[in-house]
Amino acid sequence: MRLLPDQDQTAYARTVRGILTDASPPQAARAWAAGDHAQGRALWRSLAATGLPALAVPEASGGLGWYPAALAAAFVEIGHAGAPGPLVETVALAAALPGTPSWSEDLLTGDLLATVADPAARGYAVDAHAADAAYVLTHRTGASPARGGGAPGPGSWAPAAGARPAALCVAAPCGAPLPSLDPTRHLTLCTPGEAVPGDTGRLRALATLLTAAQLLGAGQALLAGSVEYAGARHQFGRAIGSFQAVKHQLADAAVALEFAAPLLRGAALAVRGDAAADPRDLPAAKAACTGAAHRAARTALRVHGAVGYTDEYDLTLLLRKVHALRTAWGTEAACRAAVLADGPLPD
Amino acid sequence: MDLDLTSAEEAFRAEARAWLAAHVPAEPLPSLETAEGFAAHRAWERLLYDGGWSVVSWPRALGGREASLTEWLLFEEEYYAAGAPGRVSQNGINLLAPTLFAHGTEDQLARVLPAMASGETIWAQAWSEPEAGSDLASLRARAERTDRGGGGWLLSGQKTWSSRAAFADRAFGLFRTDPEAERHRGLSYLMFPLDAEGVTVRPIGRLDGKPAFAQIFLDRVFVPDADVIGEAQAGWRAAMSTAGNERGLTLRSPGRFTAAAARLRDLWRQYADPADTARAGQVADVWIKARAYQLAGYAAASAPGDPKAAIPSSMNKLFWSELDIELHDTALDLLGPGTAEITEGLEESAWLDGWTFAQAGPVYAGTNEIQRDIVAERVLGLPRGR
Repeated sequence: MRLLPDQDQTAYARTVRGILTDASPPQAARAWAAGDHAQGRALWRSLAATGLPALAVPEASGGLGWYPAALAAAFVEIGHAGAPGPLVETVALAAALPGTPSWSEDLLTGDLLATVADPAARGYAVDAHAADAAYVLTHRTGASPARGGGAPGPGSWAPAAGARPAALCVAAPCGAPLPSLDPTRHLTLCTPGEAVPGDTGRLRALATLLTAAQLLGAGQALLAGSVEYAGARHQFGRAIGSFQAVKHQLADAAVALEFAAPLLRGAALAVRGDAAADPRDLPAAKAACTGAAHRAARTALRVHGAVGYTDEYDLTLLLRKVHALRTAWGTEAACRAAVLADGPLPD
Repeated sequence: MDLDLTSAEEAFRAEARAWLAAHVPAEPLPSLETAEGFAAHRAWERLLYDGGWSVVSWPRALGGREASLTEWLLFEEEYYAAGAPGRVSQNGINLLAPTLFAHGTEDQLARVLPAMASGETIWAQAWSEPEAGSDLASLRARAERTDRGGGGWLLSGQKTWSSRAAFADRAFGLFRTDPEAERHRGLSYLMFPLDAEGVTVRPIGRLDGKPAFAQIFLDRVFVPDADVIGEAQAGWRAAMSTAGNERGLTLRSPGRFTAAAARLRDLWRQYADPADTARAGQVADVWIKARAYQLAGYAAASAPGDPKAAIPSSMNKLFWSELDIELHDTALDLLGPGTAEITEGLEESAWLDGWTFAQAGPVYAGTNEIQRDIVAERVLGLPRGR
């Protein structure tokens, strides 16, 4: 048993962090928000050059295999940096549509960005206007998924007999992109067009895992930025971080983030299909990472005072991203329901 | 990264499960905060010891199995899942023993630990005083030097909120041995008998009236030099070097909470109004937190001794103590009017007993307010100050 990242994974996360730091993500995010996607796409190409999307694609399709834990570690860094674009959706689609020959090569090089609407999102796809391909995932209907029974692994995400499976459909945009509170995101209403073959269970599982990872990273960055600010900002002749009222809020935010991290690792093992993993760890991790990031965001706003309420302060990009990701790919309520139903997926 | 157990770990777990299935009493023991219950729990400790399960992580020579941290976590999971009795010897095993392993003499290990493991000696802790709670270093109870009995100390003063002291045999605590020294200097860590001449124990009823702790009055109580742990005057360091045990994984093991969260889910299935999704959310949230604590334990066991692997003990203490309250609040809400307030006589009363115990969690072992200060200053690096 080892629930700690191994050396390779730690080294990989460090590489990803280095690329992100060099790329000045807040600048890329602000440009993306203003409709200039060049910097954000260049950043994604540099990340893809490390083999990032290939970690979700089988070797037979030109990828490296199935490495949810390494992907989650990378998306903690992406969340920490606040990199823009439908990156979770692109990687989740890469996992769901391996061997789609027309675009798989471009996907692995990072030249292609794709998006997909979460079935709970009522057809709103994030960044469809900026992506090269867009899909809609429709709701599964009928019986809930069976847990156990079959062999563990990606196959266990399949719906139970009698249910009509979720379908992955090409999206037909039917409206203008609408702004999100997270200025880097725009949402376009899409209707499902032609259905395409794809592993929808894998798609949802990976999207949920990586969104949770992104939330954890964003929460960690919000906490770190708040601690730094609380140490530098002086009022009443003292650093505000020396006041207990401030300290205790930051301590509580730190505890929530600290205990969300092991759940995320457990979830990565569940998505990988480990027999010893608990499939409930995926919805549990999404709920815990959401809760912890949301708490860190609220605390950051309070600790920063009026500065934390401004558009121009970079840390508030993360604060707003947490708000957007909170409901993406599994709301807290849906995740809690999945935990009680022994279901691996937040439906 | 994986959660796979080795075949040795699987075998260890299976052996523990089988033994517990054969030995855990079918009926719950009477509350350990009563004379009758205390005796029943002491007998249970003896049974555990005879089976080799009372101190699994200790050396074999002292009655243990040299279990790894992973095995200890598995044992605790099995123990609480089996509904086994609370551990009346917990103060000794989790607080005193680690200090003795770190600072005790060979003679002390041999005299104290086997009797602790078998339940022959049950230990109470004697840290707090009327004027020294969170600010433990301001304690006043003193020990004066004496030549009596080949050299030793005479203890005088008052200890309070002393868990288990109403019925325990011996106690351990800090005493001021150098009145000239400042605060945490000049303190010594001593062990003393609760039935000695000069000791008066006055039980204190907790919220439900049960004497879960006591005041201890000391009037020139003799302690030989052999019962000083570590160097005299260096007791603070010895006590603090293992204070993390009380706040960390060892005192409140994850298995306790995963078992309780599973029982809460059963209770929810039995009692819940299916339309009450808010209640369902609370039940799920408790399960998620218990699982998070369990996985945090596995992470710590992945690289024992590596501080990067383990969550700091102050964070642990905040997490489990608040989880315990949330868990029992949810259970009582599910039980509803009537049942939720009945302290004895119903099977469900165990939830209220757990709730009452949980209320003490944010207070003992260093209040949660102090733990938040520690997290803020020592983990996050915020400036000192209140």
